[in-house]
Amino acid sequence: MSPLQEISWQGLWKNNPALVQMLGLCPLLAVSNTTINGLGLGLATLFVLLGSNITVSLVRNWVPNEIRIPVFVMIIAGLVTVIQLLMNAYTYALYQTLGIFIPLIVTNCAIIGRAEAFASKNNVKLAAWDGLMMGLGFLLILVALGIVREVLGNGTLFSGAHLLFGSMATHWQITLFETNETFLIAILPPGAFIALGLLIAVKNKFDKRIEALVVGEKKAKTTERARVTADNIT
Amino acid sequence: MNSIVSKSSLILGLFALATTFVVTITHQLTAPEIAKQQELATLANLNAIIPNTLYSNNLTQDCIITTDQFNNPIKVFRARNDTNENIALAIEAIAPDGYSGRIDLLVAIDFNGRVLGTRTIKHTETPGLGDKIEIEKSDWITSFNGKSLKADDDPNWKVKKDGGMFDQFTGATISPRAVVKSVKRTLTWYELNKKDLYNQAINCGDKA
Repeated sequence: MSPLQEISWQGLWKNNPALVQMLGLCPLLAVSNTTINGLGLGLATLFVLLGSNITVSLVRNWVPNEIRIPVFVMIIAGLVTVIQLLMNAYTYALYQTLGIFIPLIVTNCAIIGRAEAFASKNNVKLAAWDGLMMGLGFLLILVALGIVREVLGNGTLFSGAHLLFGSMATHWQITLFETNETFLIAILPPGAFIALGLLIAVKNKFDKRIEALVVGEKKAKTTERARVTADNIT
Repeated sequence: MNSIVSKSSLILGLFALATTFVVTITHQLTAPEIAKQQELATLANLNAIIPNTLYSNNLTQDCIITTDQFNNPIKVFRARNDTNENIALAIEAIAPDGYSGRIDLLVAIDFNGRVLGTRTIKHTETPGLGDKIEIEKSDWITSFNGKSLKADDDPNWKVKKDGGMFDQFTGATISPRAVVKSVKRTLTWYELNKKDLYNQAINCGDKA
């Protein structure tokens, strides 16, 4: 795999910030109650991650090792404030719904984690790609959780799309079923934990299947016994 | 040793300056748009409860800040017509006794003390149960339209469970009860302070 492909694979699947690294779970669980909320926060996080990775990579040779963390935090906090102001100005209604979770992106460990672990050691091109892919990995999980919780809890999909896409999206809402008794636990925070747990379980199951297939092929070629267990515990 | 410390401080300082600069520039560029959006949002809220055919003044600017019975600072917007006649007030009301904290309301009352409309502005009630006080979830909040207080202890101004005229929700009585109580309190307060509220000099909005 080329470095770019490897980074994409890491960000989207193998080392997904939400499913594997388990970073930034607080905003992930709090705002994933509808698809649009998840998408909105996912996009905001993606932009911050992309911007912070690029900036950190640009200045990586100028920043002494001892003060790198305060500098990274400053860069991230500055970027988040910029995004917050832009959202407040141009997506006012969405900004109102996401509320405190926009400024809280500063504390999302996935962002400082990528700055420290990747961007500070790689060139701008790779760092930008890493930011994009990690951000996308986080966004996809936010949206997936949002879809599951919104469908189970309210029986709708894309409610409130106009918050993100403007008045043309007023009728995008899809009602799958009508109900007066909402499935409360799906909308409340415990539902987010359960849904995330299930998503992780599905991912692990999937990984095992694939691994079993790959190992199976190898087995056919060589007679050596594959040590599956040691690789699985990650 | 000293030179390392001063070099690090210098770099840290430079970064602080740079990030502050970027944030300041963005703030300068977005401030007018944010103010515009806030004003539009306030106006949309106000027009939902005071139809814009009823008044002709600049509603979002004809505004005063005063204190309610509990000494909470609240805003009051005043609607007047061409001949500067007093038409209605939109009063911010705070229900402190929601199921999970305070509920912020906006209550429009016409000159004769009749409710024109009510909206829930902000709340943290349980999704799926108490959040039916939002207009997006249920039209319950419109059941206040056209109602007025016949006496200070009007027995109708309660939820049905307590013998009044307002519905409660299945599984949630506390949220609607808090809203009814708050709207009722606002009406009483309006009757007592009517004159002052219409005549007090503007002290919020852009001109303040």
